[in-house]
Amino acid sequence: MGELWQLLIDSFWQILLPGLTMTIPLTVISFTFAMVIAVVTALIQFAGVPVLRHAARFYIWVVRGTPLLVQLFVVFYGLPHVGILIDPFPAAVLVFSINEGAYCAETVRGALEAVPPGQMEAALCVGLSWPQAMGRIVLPQALRTAFPSLSNSLIAMIKDTSLAANITVTEMFMVTQRIVARTYEPLALYMEVGLIYLLFCTVLTRAQRFAESRLRHYG
Amino acid sequence: MLEVKNIRKSFGSLEVLRDVSLEVDKGDVVAILGPSGSGKTTLLRCMNFLEQADSGELVFDGEHFSFGHVSKRDMHRLRKKTAFVFQNYNLFRNKTALENVTEGLILGRKIPKAQAVTIARQALEKVGLSDREGHYPDQLSGGQQQRVAIARAIATEPEIIYFDEPTSALDPELTGEVLGVMRQLAREGMTMLVVTHELAFARGASNKVIFMEQGAVVEAGDAPSFFRQPRLARTRAFLQTLDPA
Repeated sequence: MGELWQLLIDSFWQILLPGLTMTIPLTVISFTFAMVIAVVTALIQFAGVPVLRHAARFYIWVVRGTPLLVQLFVVFYGLPHVGILIDPFPAAVLVFSINEGAYCAETVRGALEAVPPGQMEAALCVGLSWPQAMGRIVLPQALRTAFPSLSNSLIAMIKDTSLAANITVTEMFMVTQRIVARTYEPLALYMEVGLIYLLFCTVLTRAQRFAESRLRHYG
Repeated sequence: MLEVKNIRKSFGSLEVLRDVSLEVDKGDVVAILGPSGSGKTTLLRCMNFLEQADSGELVFDGEHFSFGHVSKRDMHRLRKKTAFVFQNYNLFRNKTALENVTEGLILGRKIPKAQAVTIARQALEKVGLSDREGHYPDQLSGGQQQRVAIARAIATEPEIIYFDEPTSALDPELTGEVLGVMRQLAREGMTMLVVTHELAFARGASNKVIFMEQGAVVEAGDAPSFFRQPRLARTRAFLQTLDPA
């Protein structure tokens, strides 16, 4: 029993380290790109930009309709076949950004539509241009409305990054698998890595609650 | 100063405005009366391009604009000369009372922030809300919100303010405080076009009245004679339903 505890304690740092150096950067970078993609895609649809509007629908349709794991495989194992080689980490960032961007775009679009039309009208009437009205009045309110859903997406994404193990990114889950292969303690170790994911998500949940109380008047 | 000529607007097969014309001179307070669904609000919204009218002409300060095709630039330019007060206030929910007033000054008119704040404070003082400048809309009563909306309107020194049933969402007590501010503006010579159901306000503060029904102007004239002696039986009947005494 003492040995198992020792293994758990030793492996804790071995697993946490790639969590801090891989899982979290992968999540933060991908989610940042995803937010940019989401806002742009949502605005294109909300403003009804011709042609681009259809491109946005097509993008969301394809990405939401195919498994994340398949997307990872296409980019990492498929694209080299046509001469496009991407390193594991950038490939993971690319796929996670595009994937998450599609889901969040729908969240943001819904939130934009939930802002009363009178907000935009009043902004135009006091002399703001459409981009100013959007940037200062409508979008901030929409993002406030979308905040809980977007936090949800972020929390889901932290856990989804474990799929990057499949394209050789040495994040937490891959490191755990390696330790299991060496020590034959799957139950304890897989539960341990699960617990570390839970820890990360708990911190995020707390941060979300704090941020929401601070953002009370932002929409 | 402002003239609308033969404006028409349909929503699908429903004709909301059929050939409406009106004229507003500087300093006029024009009350637009009429039953619900008569097109009053649509008329006001079309005049500020919140709805696009199908045809007709707007003359503003001698410049002619065709309602059918106004450029975005002209819309933007004309909106800066006007202000709009909405039935449900439409204060920016993510901004304080003060920021609600400064937003149009700083962004729309490129007034330096410090100066914009001074102007905004004066406007809030005028509507009696100096002590509420840091409050968000959801911390204000309906009447206070509408007064902030009026402060937001006057701060930009518009040539005309459009009021779209500014007191319809308020209970009688709060209605009083908003009408009080509007009366004061009228006395100071502000040009106002007011869609309203408040006969007492129309009678006391306006100098011109337009009575609309089913998308058309039924009767128009100067306020005293309109109220003393409405020409049409329909107008008399309408005034009586609003004011049985």
